[in-house]
This record gives sequence, C-alpha cells and structure tokens, in this order.
Amino acid sequence: MTYQFDFRVLFPYWADLLSGCGLTLAMTCLSAVTGFSLAIAAVMAGRSRHRTLNLAAVGYIEAIRYTPFLVQVLFIYFGLPAVGFSLSAWPAGVLALSLNFGAFAAEIVRGGVDGIPKGQFEAGAALGLHPLQVLRFVILKPALRIIYPALSSQFVLLLLTSSIVSAISAEELTATAQSIDTLTFRSFEIYIVATTLYLLMATMISQTFKAIERRAFAYPVK
Amino acid sequence: MIRDFSLIEVLSIVAGVKATVLLSLIAFVGGGVGGLLVALLRTSAGFGMRTAAASFIDFFQGTPMLMQLFLVYYGLPVFGFHVNVWVAASVGLTLHASAFLGDIWRGGIEAVPRGQTEAASALGLSYFHRMIDVVLPQAFRLSLAPTVGFLVQLVKGTSLTAIIGFVELSRSAQIAASTTYRPLLAYGAAGICYFVICFPLSRYASALEKRLAARV
Repeated sequence: MTYQFDFRVLFPYWADLLSGCGLTLAMTCLSAVTGFSLAIAAVMAGRSRHRTLNLAAVGYIEAIRYTPFLVQVLFIYFGLPAVGFSLSAWPAGVLALSLNFGAFAAEIVRGGVDGIPKGQFEAGAALGLHPLQVLRFVILKPALRIIYPALSSQFVLLLLTSSIVSAISAEELTATAQSIDTLTFRSFEIYIVATTLYLLMATMISQTFKAIERRAFAYPVK
Repeated sequence: MIRDFSLIEVLSIVAGVKATVLLSLIAFVGGGVGGLLVALLRTSAGFGMRTAAASFIDFFQGTPMLMQLFLVYYGLPVFGFHVNVWVAASVGLTLHASAFLGDIWRGGIEAVPRGQTEAASALGLSYFHRMIDVVLPQAFRLSLAPTVGFLVQLVKGTSLTAIIGFVELSRSAQIAASTTYRPLLAYGAAGICYFVICFPLSRYASALEKRLAARV
C-alpha cells in the first residue's frame, strides 16, 4: 500500500468539526420535538371518527415510510418552491427530518396506544374526562413506557439520517466534512473522522437513553 | 438548457428504476451471504469471533449509511482497488446489508430453543449439520418477516448512492429535475416509483408476520 494517511492536515479544522457536531445535534433535537408533535397529531387523526382525518393520517405515514429520505428532502427543498413554498436549506432539512421522524414515530406511538387495554380508555371516559384528558392522565405514562425503547432507537436513527440533508447543503456534520474534503483533498481521512464522530454521538445518546429508561420506568407493572 | 418533461425523462426514470432494483438485488444477495457469516460468527462459541461480529454490526448500525458509502467510495482506491461507481455502491450496500441481516438472523438463531442445538449435538451432528439441518431452517422461518422488512429499508437506502454519483432512480430524478426544471414532477415521480416497490414488500412482510404469529 502506497497511500500515506495524513490526519494532521485535518487538525486546523477541529473547531469546524465540533460545530458540525453541534449543528447535527441541534437539528436532530429540533426535528425530534416537532416530529414527535406531528406523530401525536397523526395518531389522534388516525383514531378520530372523521374519515378524512383517518385517510390523511394514513396517507402521510405511508407516503413517508415507503419513500427514501433523500427524495423527501429534495422534494421539499427543490420541488415545493415550484408551488410557492420555498425554504432555505436548514429549515428545509429540519422540516424533512420532522416529517420523516413524525411518520415513523406515529407508527411507534400507535403501537403503544394500541397496547393499552381498551378498558382504560373507557374508564377514563366514564370518569367524565375529555378524550384529550384521557390521553394525558390515563394513557400517557404506560404508553410512554411501551414506546420508549423503540422511540429512542428511532431518535438515534434520526441523528444518522440527518447526514442526508447535506445533499441540499444544509450545514451540519456531513456538509462540514464535505467542505473540509474540498479544501484538503483528504477524503478518506475526513470521512473516517466524521464517521467516528457520528459513532460517538450515536453511542453516547443510546447509552444515555438506556440510563434514563432504567431510572424512569423501573416501577413494577402490577 | 431547459427542456420539456418528455419521453426521454420518462425513459431515464424507468432506467433508474431498473438500476435501483438491480442494485437492491445485488446488495440483498451479497448481504445475504455476508449476513449469514456475521450471524454465525455472532452466535459462535469463540469470544474473538463473537466480538468481531458484534463490532461489525455496531459500526454499521451506529453510523450514517451515507458515511459508510463515502468510506467505501474513497477508501477502496486507498487500498489499491480502482473501481467504478457500480462496484463501490454494491460493496458499500453489501457491507451495510451484511451487518443488518446478520443482526436480524442472529436474533432468529438465538430464538431457536437451545434444546434443539443440544439435541443435535447429542445425536452426534457436526457443527455444519447442526446448523444446516436443525437450527438455520427454524431460524430462517422466524426471521423471514424482518428480513423482508429490511429489504424495504435497503431499497430506500440505494437512493444514497446517488450522492456518490451512481445513476439510479433518485439520480435520474435529479437529472430530470434540473434539465426540465420540473422538480415537483421529477421527485414526485421518483417517490411514487419507490412507493410502488416498497409498499407491497412491506405488506408482504406484515402478512408473513401474521402468518407466523398464527402458527406459533
């Protein structure tokens, strides 16, 4: 092998890489919050008595789940301006990630809500609670416990997926790595570094989620 | 030059569908072989082999697929392999699929009751026959639904090869979008094509899952 690895040329860019990580994390957290709200809305629409709302929820979830994220983000960033809805790269990336996370999280949340015995909803209704109150005071915690593991791996997946928004040049870790690549021509080295950073972030996040799970949901089932 | 969305664009998107399907099949077959190896190593008795397989799986599950493709695309030439983008895309996706299928099948192998392995050893079967004749057929049945489910993820994953310049469905849509300036149409069409491939696959996976649940 004649290739000489040279990681030293990357050293001056450590601050850029660090801020890339920060942007990736910020984008992931923001998209997770908006996406989770979307997921709740989709689940409620799916459970509502109005047929149109049901169909809208199913259409949204299936359209997102069976198309690649890359196509979604390109559609939003390049396609939607044609109908007068244009966003700059970062918000477009966040919107795409939120929509994506929302659809997958909706499936998880629905599974959690379905896992709650019907009697609990009925008991809540019998107490005179509004359906929203039933959701908040009766269903939420046991449902959270059911969905927590799947939701936390979906969050890590969201972090990894966020690298794709570099395709529309939204500034985050992958885009940062790409611009360092064009400055140094050290493609292999910079992507090794970026990959390692992603791996570190993903590992740290999933370990944190596991620690939280052990603490928050350690109460006995019965 | 801006041109109309014509038959040429339609044909190039159809060619893109073909490339996407072909690449998915290559990665699935390659990943099937690699995944079997990973699953067997992951469930083997040797500590070193188990750890190596586990790290392989963790790496691919803990890093973005795009980064994996970049590493293969820029890494292969470093190791002296000057390959075209077909090979780079196939190798990258095959490695990715090996890790994910390896993990799915590990689950399948572990779900086969221990007594089966013990009974097979008691009958004097070698490791090879124990696996081929006793454990793997049962593990395969258990893992069939998640395997088909992963295929959906893989088909969608092939879209990322567009970023390293491989012309498949997403890339042809990108090209059509920029030559005709009809991005809504081009990406919409690509999305529909993916949907048409992935939706039936996913339905098939859940049907398999229900059938298995009914049998157990």
